[in-house]
Amino acid sequence: MPETPPPVRRSKAIPVPPVAQSASEKTLPLRINGKTYYHEGDPDMPLLWYLRDVLRLTGTKYGCGIGYCGACTVLIDGKAQRACLTPVKALVDQDVTTIEGLAGAELHPLQQAWIEEDVAQCGYCQAGQILAAADLLRRNPRPSDEDIDKLPNLCRCGTYPRIRKAIQRAAQALAETKK
Amino acid sequence: MSGLTRRRFLVVSAAASGALLVGWRSASAQQRLPYLGAREEAQGLGPFIRIDKDGTVIIGARATEIGQGVKTSLPMLIAEELDADWNRVRVEQLPYGYIDTEQGPGDKYGDQGAGGSDNIPSAWKDLRQAGATARALLVQAAAEQWDLPPEQLRTEAGYVIAPDGRRLGYGELVGAAAALDPPKDPVPLKKPQQFRIVGRPTRTVDAREIVTGRTQYGIDAYLADALVAVMLRCPHLDGTVDKVDDSETRRVPGVRDVVVIAGPAPDAPIDGVLASGVAVLADDTWAALQGRDKLKVEWKPGPWSAESNAALAARANELLDQDQGAIAVRRDGDFAKAFRQAAIRLEARYEMPFLAHATMEPPAALVSIEQDKALLIGSLQSPGGASRVINALTGIPRKDIEIRLTRAGGGFGRRLKNDYVAEAVRIAQAAGKPIKLLWTREDDLQHDFYRPFGVHALRAGLDRKKKLVAWSHRCAATPRNYRDSGMKDRPLYAGCLEADDFPAGLVANLEKTFFPVASGMPRGWWRAPLHTFHAFAVQSFLDEIAVATKQDAVQLRLELLGPPRRIPYSGHGGPTFDTGRLAGVLTLAADKIGWQDKRRDGHGLGIACHFTFGGYAAHAFEVSVEGSELVIHRAVCAVDVGRVINPLGLEAQMIGGTIDGVSTALNLAITVKDGRVTQRNFPDYPLLRMAQAPRNVEVYIVDSTAEPSGAGEIGIPSAAPALANAVYAATTVRVRKLPLLPELKRLL
Repeated sequence: MPETPPPVRRSKAIPVPPVAQSASEKTLPLRINGKTYYHEGDPDMPLLWYLRDVLRLTGTKYGCGIGYCGACTVLIDGKAQRACLTPVKALVDQDVTTIEGLAGAELHPLQQAWIEEDVAQCGYCQAGQILAAADLLRRNPRPSDEDIDKLPNLCRCGTYPRIRKAIQRAAQALAETKK
Repeated sequence: MSGLTRRRFLVVSAAASGALLVGWRSASAQQRLPYLGAREEAQGLGPFIRIDKDGTVIIGARATEIGQGVKTSLPMLIAEELDADWNRVRVEQLPYGYIDTEQGPGDKYGDQGAGGSDNIPSAWKDLRQAGATARALLVQAAAEQWDLPPEQLRTEAGYVIAPDGRRLGYGELVGAAAALDPPKDPVPLKKPQQFRIVGRPTRTVDAREIVTGRTQYGIDAYLADALVAVMLRCPHLDGTVDKVDDSETRRVPGVRDVVVIAGPAPDAPIDGVLASGVAVLADDTWAALQGRDKLKVEWKPGPWSAESNAALAARANELLDQDQGAIAVRRDGDFAKAFRQAAIRLEARYEMPFLAHATMEPPAALVSIEQDKALLIGSLQSPGGASRVINALTGIPRKDIEIRLTRAGGGFGRRLKNDYVAEAVRIAQAAGKPIKLLWTREDDLQHDFYRPFGVHALRAGLDRKKKLVAWSHRCAATPRNYRDSGMKDRPLYAGCLEADDFPAGLVANLEKTFFPVASGMPRGWWRAPLHTFHAFAVQSFLDEIAVATKQDAVQLRLELLGPPRRIPYSGHGGPTFDTGRLAGVLTLAADKIGWQDKRRDGHGLGIACHFTFGGYAAHAFEVSVEGSELVIHRAVCAVDVGRVINPLGLEAQMIGGTIDGVSTALNLAITVKDGRVTQRNFPDYPLLRMAQAPRNVEVYIVDSTAEPSGAGEIGIPSAAPALANAVYAATTVRVRKLPLLPELKRLL
């Protein structure tokens, strides 16, 4: 794949270690995937466009812009939220996890299950699906079919049956690691 | 898509690193370049196969991946003939490969588009030879090293193996293999019993990148100096920009420019941009969207301001009632006479709406236009078409237009049109800068090339033994063949009614006629195009016939299909249609759903089958209607696409096709009122969610040795009629208008 250039353009966000302090009072500190970024632009900018246009974290997708489809789902303090409706100014003192930050040293059990169940077709909605499922498993480690039914994210390719299987597989894997 | 008609030669060479490269040259280019001796040029080919000294095999994926799985299945074909170790294969997307030849424009890599379920059948014919040639060279190299005849050697998973068990890894042989003269004639391909990769369930090659958010889609492309553009398009069909007040827009921080883009004239082909509008260019998407919100534009409505769905339906029914302006599509025997003399006469009409493609990734394109070269990065289905569009708008020779292909967030036919590429080029030209054009969901639903709207009137005559003796299918629809230069030599009914579709050739007296309904709605190909509405009309009507004449719906179809035989089929996916294979999937679906078992508690079964694009499928559903809620208890799909390349991918396509079929049938319609599209975003165009989708789609695959066909589209046509037939069985309510749920609620 062609490499995109690094985010040098008008990007005002400079990743610095979390211990560093902001240089200016006008900047907005944002904790994303364990790093702190200082945003100097419009505080009303939705997190979706901050992630994509400024940080070039493009795993979070645009789908509808009205919080309906879930393609832009991220975790904010562990809860699934819509990045397209969340202005960056609302994120002070909260931790944002995007799909790029979900894995630790190893893939998250959901990511592993998604691979094993071969869930993705076009794959565009899957980051949002995985993060919505991560929130579900946080709240409910052994979700029933009815619990999984409540996931609202849209998939145009119709991967729902394999998403269901992957969530069940990940739940099983998580339960086994806790034993 | 001229790739298959042109003679090509395999090119073999060594990279500077010593890797073995196998690619293609077209016949005329071949005359200028010997196989060997022009290695630098050959390296520039972007080869199908590259084998490094450490044994790593890199396979180039030529086709555009829109979720149909070809980035996995096409490389499997190459790896099979190469006898590579799939676990050591890395797949990389090839860019669009344009080449000037003495015969005109050529495809460096063959057909790279995604449409018509063509990739598997065409790759089956041409791509395997690339793998086989590389393998033959590796065997030859080993034979020379061991001083053994090559016939005595075999290969397995990346090794050449001697009769005494000695082994040489492909990586050890690449230097010697690259120095050999490649075979002059095509190399024999493997026999199916030798397959190790073809037919094995294989996960998508991009899975890890997808689940970690690293996959690049067209919308994810950035260039350092590109502005983001969003466009406000005229909401009126063929309307134009009258007055623009952009003063507030230009005050939005980050907004850099505002440009007006003129759409096509109302009678001109829609080969470039789709609509007139005003583009806002900004430093980032957020600024561009805010700037667009602040535009004040007055529109001139255009010639279609009276158009509405109600008027279209009325006009279609009027044409059918009065039998006006009919275009004959097929005539067998004498329908009128046979129908008049028939013991039983039945008739029904089915109405099907416009549909939008609603790809999850909306149209987007990043373009950079310079004096003498251009770059496009985008999610495409027709990269060749994109190249032609850029050439037509800029005059830049096609060989100097670079098109990088990305994974696409769905296609469904939307990206066969390159209007968004044309828009991006026009905006970049006006701005004098590289731009990234982004469509919002509202843009996408309000401005699409919609699946045609149509009313299908079916009539059937049966004799005293309840045998079908007369069949008439009259379709009044907004022609798909509308302002499309690519279709100018095709009949008006093309894309709406297929002359040889089932049950043509199986009923002695049969007529198919088409009635064009005028409309200003742009029309395009929508997954399994005409087959989605064709199958709904035919398979619903067969069910009505079965009910009215107290026949079994499966038995009626089997009798119609008759003994297994091939009958001529002139449409795409021909040249023949095998009645036995359609009967096979129908019987399989019936068996698996338990067709003969009585259902109680208000459960109903429905079944339907269809042939298209070389594939055969049948769907069966078990449903109940509780209150006004439709519950799908079981969904069965039986499929025969010939030899299966990747069973895991095929199953995914059938699950997805079934759910797409159900989702679309239940809820989706694009409607037009006062010459404007009514729907704006997903709440008005509600794709199925997890809770409404069947929890499982049981897919049953026919084990076949027939030539493989594609699977991207065959999973959808029979889903909607099977569902409507099941609804009838559960409720005795016959739904003849889609979408099904609102109609069912109206009828209950």
